Amino acid sequence: MSIKVSQPNGWTRRSVLKTGLGTAAMAGAPMFFVRNAHAFTNDPSNGSSVILGFNVPQTGAYADEGADELRAYQLAVKHLNGEGDGGMMNTMKPSSLKGNGILGKKVEYVTGDTQTKSDAARASAKRMIEKDGAIMITGGSSSGVAVAVQSLCQEAGVVFMAGLTHSNDTTGKDKRKYGFRHFFNAYMSGAALGPVLEKEFGNDRQAYHLTADYTWGWTQEESIKNTTEGLGWKTNAAVRTPLGAGDFSQYITPVLNSGADVLILNHYGKDMINSLTQSVQFGLRDKQVNDKDFKIVVPLFSRLMAQGAGENIKGIFGTTNWNWSLTDEGSQAFVKSFGAEYGFPPSQAAHTCYVQTLLYANAIEVAGTFNPCGVIEALEGFKFDGMGNGATEYRAEDHQCFKDVLVVRGNENPSSQFDLLEVVQQVPRSQVEYDAAIFGGELGACA
Amino acid sequence: MDAILLQILNGLDKGGAYALIALGLTLVFGTLGVVNFAHGALFMLGAFCAVTFQKIMTFSKQVKDESITFFDAYKEIPYLEIWFGETGTMLIDWVVPLSILLAIPVMLLIGLIMERGLIQYFYKRSHAEQILVTFGLAIVIQEIIKSFFGANPIPTPAPEIVAGSANIGALFGLSDSVVYPYWRLIYLAFAFVVIGAVFAFLQFTTFGMVVRAGMADRETVSLLGINVERRFTIVFGIAAVVAGLAGVMYTPILPPDYHIGMDFLVLSFVVVVVGGMGSLAGAVAAGFLLGILQSFASMNEIKAIFPGIDQIIIYLVAVVILLTRPRGLLGRKGVMED
Repeated sequence: MSIKVSQPNGWTRRSVLKTGLGTAAMAGAPMFFVRNAHAFTNDPSNGSSVILGFNVPQTGAYADEGADELRAYQLAVKHLNGEGDGGMMNTMKPSSLKGNGILGKKVEYVTGDTQTKSDAARASAKRMIEKDGAIMITGGSSSGVAVAVQSLCQEAGVVFMAGLTHSNDTTGKDKRKYGFRHFFNAYMSGAALGPVLEKEFGNDRQAYHLTADYTWGWTQEESIKNTTEGLGWKTNAAVRTPLGAGDFSQYITPVLNSGADVLILNHYGKDMINSLTQSVQFGLRDKQVNDKDFKIVVPLFSRLMAQGAGENIKGIFGTTNWNWSLTDEGSQAFVKSFGAEYGFPPSQAAHTCYVQTLLYANAIEVAGTFNPCGVIEALEGFKFDGMGNGATEYRAEDHQCFKDVLVVRGNENPSSQFDLLEVVQQVPRSQVEYDAAIFGGELGACA
Repeated sequence: MDAILLQILNGLDKGGAYALIALGLTLVFGTLGVVNFAHGALFMLGAFCAVTFQKIMTFSKQVKDESITFFDAYKEIPYLEIWFGETGTMLIDWVVPLSILLAIPVMLLIGLIMERGLIQYFYKRSHAEQILVTFGLAIVIQEIIKSFFGANPIPTPAPEIVAGSANIGALFGLSDSVVYPYWRLIYLAFAFVVIGAVFAFLQFTTFGMVVRAGMADRETVSLLGINVERRFTIVFGIAAVVAGLAGVMYTPILPPDYHIGMDFLVLSFVVVVVGGMGSLAGAVAAGFLLGILQSFASMNEIKAIFPGIDQIIIYLVAVVILLTRPRGLLGRKGVMED
């Protein structure tokens, strides 16, 4: 037999306990969610240092670029921590950087090898975020890798400052709220190169494309085709080649009797060095087709590639994001600093990576927080100068930087061992701008 | 016609490399019964003989580069040029062909050490164990090379005099568009010479006769009082030299890195399987055949019908051959069929 004890107002002891627990849970719930809303991945607020993750190709087709990117990152860390001559920290305008780390915390870094493979790059980025506590991931040299890592960073809630990535997709259909690109893209290369190609080679040409078979190659081929066909050129063929093919002879021999009089190499890094060297070995540069001199164009050029390709690069047109021979105050400060550290001038890959690190650190100082949402807000629409390429803006709509683009040509008469690219034209930013909507994609939200 | 001739040349050129590697692989399998997955590493070591020789020949003095004013930059001037002037420059220019002189003894020594130090203990083990141990050895060799030379390909150009291309079209009364790089033609000729020398050695020397007899019936040859094992050790050394020379001569075509051997190894195994395990003639024939097929598969007209066929043609042919003729094109009955 049980005895039920009732209170005079109808409440039982059980119902009081239930109501009390329920009320406490409801009252506690909003606080729990609010606390999480303010937390973010690898918050360094309680530590004495802040860790950045440098994810670069140390092996594979883009290893040269990767090595130079790493040098630039290390130099940026030195400058942020107040060591060395400060480099572009002295020329960047506006700047909130103080040379005492980031928000007073010492900058440290961890590195990873992307191997120029998306899965390896994601694995090393994941390791840097989950095990090493990196609050930002940066690096590149392959757009396939950049797109894959950018997506991972979005999921992890960590900012991704892209290094060398030139595909339209990175800030186009695959753009992400947490991803930012300072480097230019294939569309801009086409827009900058078009008028120069028209002036140098005329309107009656047949182009043959050899294209690296991944996102960057595809978008560059599309952008350059749009440009050259707009000039009145015909596209003879567009052939896809596997990344890291090494021996391109089986793809070059069909060019010889295709009727094309221009070969466009949508290759980068070692692929470009090999394909250009082999094209020259097959006598393409000395050929006459359709009563015209045969021409080779490399839409995305870099000094490192020029160095690898040696004499073969002479007279060949392309575009580049930046070149060490620029005479603006920012470029000179960076070249001086990098040269003193390593004994040779920086590549465009090094430049973009150095600038990205400084921009990220500056955004934290501006925002006054390491919280990625605050950092993203500070970067969106940020206008700056003194970092090479003139006045630059991080467009808020797609997180793409807009600045002047350089059209270059392999130097016929270099004045030094590094003077391999001659700047033919500094194409103004207005000529390479486009509507962010043309490449689609959604940034998503900052969670 | 021009396009076909070009693709045949291209195929022969690729096939030459496949055949040279596959020849060594088959030689080792036919004599020692070992499936040597470290054979690609021998090709890579040969290529790095050329790289090492180049480093020795271009050992340089650092001189300040006065044209750079922003920072202290230095350019390197090889001691050979400082000491011998134009003769030194010429010696550096001819570094790849000269590397052959270094590669022959070095590769022979490496082959003998590899066989005596490791491979001999796996003669009586299963093929699976042989594959595992030789594959492991290949990875160890790769990592050693990587730690010394880095991961990046190292340019090793051909001599200036053969840097251009030959107008083959003019020779055959065809159009001027049939041109082919001199060095690739030299590589093709070199492959034929080496293959011919190996066959002649096996066919026309007493040593070769014993090796062939040992390949056919090892037990009987041993019962005749001949030390077959010692001869087979030397055969392993010869196979290493052949792979090494193939690597040395390939460096102007493709700058070598630590992974170059592995890239060729898989293709070469397919060549050996298609040619027939243990068949020297089969390995050579399949090498050239697959090289030519791969080249033709890269033609735009073929790819328009079968997109991406150039990437899979070799494996596709291997599947067809193994389904229709499991012992390969010229394979002997009973080999690897138990």
